[in-house]
Amino acid sequence: MATTKVIERKPLTFAEKTFLPQIATGLKTTFGNMLKKPITLQYPEERPVIPDNYRGVPTLVKDPNGREKCVSCQLCEFVCPPKAIRITPGEINAEAEPDRAHVEKAPQEFEINMLRCIYCGFCQEVCPEEAIYLQDVFSLSGYSREEMINKKDKLYELGGTLPDEHFKWDKKKAAELSGNPEH
Amino acid sequence: MTLFEAWLPVILPVIFALVMISVFMGMCAYAVLAERKICSYIQGRVGPNRTRLPLIGNVPILGDFLTGLGIFQPAADGLKFLFKEEITPGHVKLGYYYLAPIIALTPALTTMVVLPFGRYVDAAGVVQPLALANLDVGFLFILAISSLGVYGIVLAGWASNSKYPFLGAIRSSAQMISYELALGVSILPVFMWSAAPGSEYGMSLFGVVQAQETLWIGIWQPLSALIFLVAIFAETNRLPFDMAESETDLVGGFHTEYGAFKFGLFFVAEYAHIIMGSAIFVLLFAGGWHFLPGLADPWPAGPVGAVLSVLWFLAKIAFMIFFFIWIRWTLPRFRYDQVMSLGWKILLPLAVGNLVFNTLLIALIDAL
Repeated sequence: MATTKVIERKPLTFAEKTFLPQIATGLKTTFGNMLKKPITLQYPEERPVIPDNYRGVPTLVKDPNGREKCVSCQLCEFVCPPKAIRITPGEINAEAEPDRAHVEKAPQEFEINMLRCIYCGFCQEVCPEEAIYLQDVFSLSGYSREEMINKKDKLYELGGTLPDEHFKWDKKKAAELSGNPEH
Repeated sequence: MTLFEAWLPVILPVIFALVMISVFMGMCAYAVLAERKICSYIQGRVGPNRTRLPLIGNVPILGDFLTGLGIFQPAADGLKFLFKEEITPGHVKLGYYYLAPIIALTPALTTMVVLPFGRYVDAAGVVQPLALANLDVGFLFILAISSLGVYGIVLAGWASNSKYPFLGAIRSSAQMISYELALGVSILPVFMWSAAPGSEYGMSLFGVVQAQETLWIGIWQPLSALIFLVAIFAETNRLPFDMAESETDLVGGFHTEYGAFKFGLFFVAEYAHIIMGSAIFVLLFAGGWHFLPGLADPWPAGPVGAVLSVLWFLAKIAFMIFFFIWIRWTLPRFRYDQVMSLGWKILLPLAVGNLVFNTLLIALIDAL
């Protein structure tokens, strides 16, 4: 069993009882603070540095070739806890985009209701195509409820293009063309 | 012309009084700004730096610099207080409710009548004080009038007719009455030394300043100065003793029910008290407008010297205001019982002891 050691507390000296030396020390500390640079940001002009793994507003991204990655599998819609995502699946027009026709599907409409979104990041985690990312946009406002629903074009505008190592659809296309029956 | 000359003795004091009030109110406004700026510097912030007046604010470098310092902020603050909606809660006692802020501000503005703020040399070569009225009983006048300030707070608390203001008012009246004793006793030695029997000045503040030509009283009477300083902090309800407001436990204290311009009056009154307290401390203990200990009066005799003495006095006051603010953002608040025990059990006996010691010392010197 641990023994308790009682430490004698030293009686206060006369100077300590008057509090004056302590007050002087405190004044010195605050005066030192006064000479330091302020640690605050002048917000709208200066922006904070956003870390890479920040969970901001969810956005849709395109691959480096400028093609949309989403295949409207609707997994994000399914996993979304507050049911903020709504996807209307659509077919890819084979004649308009022949190099992408083998992907078959793309979202016709993609809506994220930012009044419902809780920024949990499940959609990013679940997306098999790495098409949806929570990026660095953190301040979002609007004058109406309609304005707060991000439509597909807005989502792509916010998302932009992210680097992608896989080029999954290029590989699939190559496999299809080279006639691998297993594909 | 003769009519004008006949009325001159009436008009001139009125003009002087108006000028002094405007300067004083300007100082109050900028004391508020100083408080906000200094507290933000201490806390690692920037403080008000956005308000910009059209003409001066648009001068290329100067405008940005002044805006960054928040120089234009008091104008915005004042206008805000003026144009806010006047809300009067339904449960207040109306007459006293409106009277309280006025009573809070009036004593602070009245005391400055006897405040000498500089000196000039008259035609006969005699040094005269610059003051609205140089009363023989100057300091008694200040003590008497400034004690009335507590009525503003008590009245506000009572007229608000609700719990928190009432508690705040009760606390602060107890506190102010307790510390007034120590305050009064602590300055007695100052006058015993400076206004010896047969001196021509009596209890006027000018006499005290003139007695400090060689050495400031604060240097050889540090105990008096310390007690007076602590008591002044308590009297102005500043932070180590801000029993009256105590935002943390009493919402806003005595002015919880006040808004708009009426709150503005309380706010200005607080800073007016600080400025008055600083001025009195400088006059009694820090040599008034005397330059430095040992180098009393280097100013020339003409009007330039008078202006310089006033400016030096204002600089000392500015430092004291800075000190008030500095202390506020350094020390945590005392508990109510600690405030009371400090006042009654420590400061008052110390002040009395100091008085007795100085009395004996003077008696001893006289006997030798």
